[in-house]
Amino acid sequence: MEKTTDIFRRRKLTYTAVFLIFLTIFAGTSLITEFSLADGAASFPAAAAWIAENLIPDQEAMERLPRILERLLETALLSVAVTVVAAVCAFFFSLLGSNIPHIHGLVKRLVRIVAAFFRNVPDVVWAMLLMFSFGQNILTGFFALFFTTFGLLTRAFIETVDEVSASCVEALEATGANFIELVFQGIIPSALSGITTWVLYMIETNIRSSTLIGMLTATGIGYLFDLYYKRLDFSSASLVILSIVVLVLVIETASNRIRKVVLS
Amino acid sequence: MTDLALIHPPLPAELEKAVTRSHRGKIRIAAKDRSRPAVNLLIAVLLFLTVLAFCTFDYQNIDFSKAILDTLHNIRTVFLEPELTRETVGGILYQLLVTFCLGTLATILGAVLAFFCSLLCARNLAGAGSVHVIKSIIAVIRAVPTVMWVLIFAVSAGLGSVAAVVGLTFHSFAYLTKAYAESIEEIDPGIIEALKANGASYWQIICQAVVPATITYMVAWTFMRFEINFANAVAMGAAAGAGGIGFNLFMAGSFYFDLHEMGMLTYIVVIAVVILEMISTKIKAKVK
Repeated sequence: MEKTTDIFRRRKLTYTAVFLIFLTIFAGTSLITEFSLADGAASFPAAAAWIAENLIPDQEAMERLPRILERLLETALLSVAVTVVAAVCAFFFSLLGSNIPHIHGLVKRLVRIVAAFFRNVPDVVWAMLLMFSFGQNILTGFFALFFTTFGLLTRAFIETVDEVSASCVEALEATGANFIELVFQGIIPSALSGITTWVLYMIETNIRSSTLIGMLTATGIGYLFDLYYKRLDFSSASLVILSIVVLVLVIETASNRIRKVVLS
Repeated sequence: MTDLALIHPPLPAELEKAVTRSHRGKIRIAAKDRSRPAVNLLIAVLLFLTVLAFCTFDYQNIDFSKAILDTLHNIRTVFLEPELTRETVGGILYQLLVTFCLGTLATILGAVLAFFCSLLCARNLAGAGSVHVIKSIIAVIRAVPTVMWVLIFAVSAGLGSVAAVVGLTFHSFAYLTKAYAESIEEIDPGIIEALKANGASYWQIICQAVVPATITYMVAWTFMRFEINFANAVAMGAAAGAGGIGFNLFMAGSFYFDLHEMGMLTYIVVIAVVILEMISTKIKAKVK
């Protein structure tokens, strides 16, 4: 076979090959999942019509607004509480997993495995598991979110602590600081801004996840949406979506502002 | 004043100029950190909200210690006694494949759409107007939880893989557009300028400069999204009847109350996710 040295021709061949590979993967996966792109595309106009029809809440939906807002506030507070509690636990746990001195290598490895476990068990599983013992209680959602948040933040904090504190830990070590001094004088001050940005991000994520968990465990704003949706009261259901969108956008804007100040 | 001077004796004049002292005469040893008050305020607000949350929750007089004991017992059943009672290993692996394919489809569709939109959203390729419009659309798309996108499309397409894939695609699209646009914005402006000076057309610039310069980042971001999509596909199977292993989990947990099977399914999902995570870490290391 003749070797092509022309970079443009080779590039064109690569693009074509990649395109064909992805086309094959797409066709194969569509077959397995019985997905059809045509059906997907065809559902767009109907979904757009649905959104247009239900976007402006009717009289009945407006009467439900106080109830929706009450649940929304509950969900927002739940996400903050879960994230803060998980962050505090995850921070001290992550110290045992980071590359700072005085920690045995075995402990380090164990911490990372435990974090991976909590991170990767789907929150859906935690939600259903807790449903048996806690029932339709806000604590079901709390613990389900707590476990995954804890796993995720532990991993994030390990990375933050390692990244931020290598040099200052070395300096403090040289002055003869002990472990407690190392943590409170070196690591916490230097990792704090990184930690707060992670916490803000997780609060946002948890609001979205809590709607899903709410649907499975019949609590919070997710339950309200599920209820209206299954009753085909789409106007109220879309009011729930709308309120979530507003809440998430407000939190996102606020956390962007805070991030700018904190990282300045 | 005299005893303060005794505790904190003055330094030689030239050194005294270099230090700052507190009102009690102590030499300040910490650098002034302007962001510190903001962080402290944020922590105070978050702690206040947490306390407020725990005070206002409706606990419905739950027997806490009994619930905890039951939970521990259930956790033991799920994670230490996993067993397949209803399904065969082959059947479950096929369901895992279905979930995997749902994630793949959503990632491919999202990536293709996101690629074109990111061209309209990168500040060095598009005008300020289109950047602003696309960014606002993305913010709204991201604000709606995935499960709600799936259910909105389920109204028109029915519960199943079509609604699930389209719903998952929405978030992938929003996430990847932002990620791609950020990678494109980091291209050396000289490359684009050089091609423009040569009279290259818009698509020539895209294919010959933008794509080759950003492809490694794009691959890394896309694979990261695939990881997320896989996890989301499991959740959608459970919450929105999208099929795959998530649906099996939902049936085991909420219909048959079969904790042993739930445990086995969980382990299979966790192993799959860990493998994906390992591959993604490898890809990320290569990109860096």
